[in-house]
Amino acid sequence: MQKREEEHIDKKSVRDLKLGECGIICCLKDPEMGLKLLEMGCLPGTQVKLNSRAPLGDPITIIVNDYTLSLRLDEAETIMLK
Amino acid sequence: MTVVAQPEIREASQTTPRSEVARVALVGNPNSGKTSLFNQLTGLNQKVGNFPGVTVDKKTGTCQLSANQKVQIIDLPGTYSLYPKSLDERVIIDLLYDSASAHYPDLVVVTADASNLKRNLLLFTQLADLKIPAILALNMVDVAEQEGVKIDIPALHKGLGVPVIPMNARKGIGVAALKILILQHLEPTPVQFYTVPDALKPVTETIKARFGLDSDYLALHYAHQYKSLKFLSAEEAEWIGALLETHEFKSNVAQADETIARYTYINELLLDVVRVERVEKDEKFSNRLDQVLTHKVFGYLIFMAILFLVFQAIFTWASYPMDMIDQGFTSLNGLIQDNFSGPLINLLTEGIIAGLGGVMVFIPQIAILFAFIAVLEETGYMARVTFMMDKIMRKFGLNGKSVVPLISGVACAVPAVMSARTIENWKDRMITIFVTPLMSCSARIPVYTVLIALVVPETYYFGFLNLQGLVLMALYLIGFLAAIFSALLLKVILKARERSYFIMEFPVYKMPRWKNVGLTIVEKVKAFVFEAGKVIVAISIILWVLASYGPGNSFEKAEQQAIVEAKQQNLSDAELRNLISSHQLEASYAGVIGRTMEPAIEPLGYNWKIGIALLTSFAAREVFVGTMSTIYSIGEEENVSTIKNKLLMEKDKDGEPYFNLARSFSLMIFYLFAMQCVSTLAVVRRETKSWTWPLAQLVYMSGLAYVMAFITYQVLS
Repeated sequence: MQKREEEHIDKKSVRDLKLGECGIICCLKDPEMGLKLLEMGCLPGTQVKLNSRAPLGDPITIIVNDYTLSLRLDEAETIMLK
Repeated sequence: MTVVAQPEIREASQTTPRSEVARVALVGNPNSGKTSLFNQLTGLNQKVGNFPGVTVDKKTGTCQLSANQKVQIIDLPGTYSLYPKSLDERVIIDLLYDSASAHYPDLVVVTADASNLKRNLLLFTQLADLKIPAILALNMVDVAEQEGVKIDIPALHKGLGVPVIPMNARKGIGVAALKILILQHLEPTPVQFYTVPDALKPVTETIKARFGLDSDYLALHYAHQYKSLKFLSAEEAEWIGALLETHEFKSNVAQADETIARYTYINELLLDVVRVERVEKDEKFSNRLDQVLTHKVFGYLIFMAILFLVFQAIFTWASYPMDMIDQGFTSLNGLIQDNFSGPLINLLTEGIIAGLGGVMVFIPQIAILFAFIAVLEETGYMARVTFMMDKIMRKFGLNGKSVVPLISGVACAVPAVMSARTIENWKDRMITIFVTPLMSCSARIPVYTVLIALVVPETYYFGFLNLQGLVLMALYLIGFLAAIFSALLLKVILKARERSYFIMEFPVYKMPRWKNVGLTIVEKVKAFVFEAGKVIVAISIILWVLASYGPGNSFEKAEQQAIVEAKQQNLSDAELRNLISSHQLEASYAGVIGRTMEPAIEPLGYNWKIGIALLTSFAAREVFVGTMSTIYSIGEEENVSTIKNKLLMEKDKDGEPYFNLARSFSLMIFYLFAMQCVSTLAVVRRETKSWTWPLAQLVYMSGLAYVMAFITYQVLS
């Protein structure tokens, strides 16, 4: 748990955004899922905003390139922010 | 509405015999209005066929372009790129990369959502680089304008090098212009959106030389996807594999670089094309609606209410047209039997027409369920259902969308299995289809009611809790638990052929398009009647033959014996007829099979009479009651209490009631688990496009039924 906290301080991902908070994508951690995310417009340098969370906390929706994208938390975790 | 495209219209002398545009493929992102456009172009002239090896339907249709010209339109699955992420998306590359294929399109129409042009153009630029003539159908331009997105169509046309048609596929605006353009002989765009980098050139040049390709980009796709291209031979694929290894080709890296390069190009192109004066009106509306519809409490309450409505509709409302169909077929049979007779007439009435009736009777449920599902999909609500239920359902290897098939399964597994089509992920869909028939459907109710009435006393607790009702509820609960735990089991066993993603566009709320809803209903009903119907009728006829004929002259003997018995007991004519049917059923092939399988079902507490009922119930569970009536020579018109009394009178060899607690519960548990429904098996075959799944289901569910009934009988007796 502690190790995880440290990681979070070092590198922030879309998972860590608060509702309504924005961030700039720096890189995508998972190469294969990264391809899918790139195609959906999650390019490095793009702004993302956490739009909503499902009632049970997972999945979430984010706003990227003016449209709403839904994804699971473990997928959001691979989008690293600057 | 202006059409800015100015394609060169070639002279007649230049046209070769194959010059007429024969095949047009529709490609586009999900939610880009592709289906609406397909429906606008083809109307009711649609045909649903199969792509080999995948579960998506191949939807083709013909479109009348002018008085004497028709084209074939093929609707391809929605995708975000030409690098398929699911098995079903691979259909697209199989079609577009093999120019020798008989289905290779002469033209692709790419649909793009104008309010989300950037992402939609990614797919377009990939297609354009394959050098296939293309038209961009820019959909929902009016919606985009309301949102403050202004698109300079002439600039876009210039940038892309292909005709651009602004349209609204929902309202049919722009469709006429599109038809005119399809008629003209278009050239591929001269614009190159992505140049294969020099580092990859050794690979692409070698592939080009070997396969005689013109396009660098197509060669690059061979390199990326050689493993899944069906038209390549094993030797060719191996050759590409070896080539890539020597050149240290890194597919993931190359693809990521390409996507980034394309987006860079598109961004620059759109700088001069798209002007955004954001009003953010529509989005806010969708967001506000979501605050209620995906709310922690109200979200689930509203969803439960909708499910309840759907359930009511397929359970109660559908019963009126179903009864009418049932009565219609019965009276048709009566009419034929009154006027004609003979073995062929029996085959026609009790075999073929009864089998057809068994198919037609499902139409109301399928139509109603798909009307609801189409509306839920069209409005964008289904995406919210998945969103709300994903976390729970994922634990059991299911998908948020699995909720709809599972709940519908309580009414009838046939439409429920068909509704699993909305689940994109292959593994999730297979698991959902596999476990849905375990939910107690309405055909089990007659079996449950008769047996519960037989052994469960009508006791009330606290004045309102009826013991019989509680038992019935427990049976439904067992079915539900069986379904989700089987899903859990399959989640572990089943190897996914693809990674499961949830990454998808969260659509804004829209009004449903009634034309699309109507066409969905027609398509589903047609698919069921023509594909699953064949199997159902065939098996119904086989079962009818088994129950209506016996070896040698056993039927005459049975009849004579019944007459002798009737004389001894002084039975009336009606009672005699019932006795004859009873004896004849015993003497039939079904009876022979029932006796043969008696040793196998004895541990469950059943005798050969129940064996016959199990066999005939294979066509449909509710037949159990009818068969039991025939075996115990009760007339067809009798009601449940008569059957109950008759069954109560049956004694075992010690003089105790034969249908005791253990036997009745064992039977109920057997019917709860067993796959006794030809229609479901036929529909599962159609939906999975293979016999593997329905057979696995048959073996698994019947095995489970046997074991569970065995345990029940042994514990209770």
